[in-house]
Amino acid sequence: MTALPLILTVFVACAVEAVEALTIVLASGLTREWRSTFQGMAAALVVLAAIVAVLGPTITLLPLTALRLVVGALLAIFGLQWLRKAILRATGYKALHDEASAYLREVTAAKEAAVSSQRGVADWYAFTLSFKGVLLEGLEVVFIVITFGANQRNMGAAVVGAAAAVVVVAVTGIVVRAPLARVPENAMKFAVGVMLTSFGTFWGAEGAGITWPGHDAALLVLVPVVALTTLGYTAVLRRTANAQPVLATNPSQEVTRL
Amino acid sequence: MKRLKSIGAFWYDFVVGDDWRVAVVVVAALALTALLVHAAGVNAWWLLPLCVFAALAWSLRRAASGS
Repeated sequence: MTALPLILTVFVACAVEAVEALTIVLASGLTREWRSTFQGMAAALVVLAAIVAVLGPTITLLPLTALRLVVGALLAIFGLQWLRKAILRATGYKALHDEASAYLREVTAAKEAAVSSQRGVADWYAFTLSFKGVLLEGLEVVFIVITFGANQRNMGAAVVGAAAAVVVVAVTGIVVRAPLARVPENAMKFAVGVMLTSFGTFWGAEGAGITWPGHDAALLVLVPVVALTTLGYTAVLRRTANAQPVLATNPSQEVTRL
Repeated sequence: MKRLKSIGAFWYDFVVGDDWRVAVVVVAALALTALLVHAAGVNAWWLLPLCVFAALAWSLRRAASGS
């Protein structure tokens, strides 16, 4: 298999998380102080890079069969989570992630917090807000980079995909100077969910000992089958949702239609 | 202890997510696949995809019905 599907999957997954991290960084930088915000962001990126640098080479030392079994299971579970969330959001059973309102929430909280300097950082609140935001969003990317990179024995390509997404989102954020609310986050989550579930199923089953009909070419069938099946589930769920009366509309609840 | 609990909760939420049944189905399907391959000599490549689709459908149905 070429490195292109690997780079594209990591790129899209990383772009989704980078958009969410950018919202937090902008809220912190524009309402508090840029220097502390950048310090927090840089510290988080160093921690994430260290995790990749340590875990990446270590995980590739595992035998390929065991690696594929464990990583395949984790990726399939992780991918199904993304798909579940994307389908529930697309059908109205879960509120869509809204970068504009997430930004407003962060700005309100940032304005209310007191300024205090600690450990050489001028604004500790801005530092920790930015650090936590980038670290938590980045952990999912690190997980995908390490699992995809290790299984394909091509950590470099996975890192290139992730770094490209961070650069594209960061540059766009600098130009726009606003949260990227127009990015079709749910569609991207759906695409990443399809890829994670397909690769997880493919590698997990291989790790369990099966041989796929057509070997690597089976992925060319598996990915569209997963995509079509999940689109089918979305259509069915949407029809069910439209056929039933709306009883609850609280967006904080997962189920807004019963 | 409280810190350990919150770290455990974070990783559980990170890996398993909103519906633990999905994780259970995936792990059980992999175990059954390995059993069929190594003990019965059946190349059960179809089992995991079927279980994955079934797990997602089950999870969505539960979420949609609010249970």
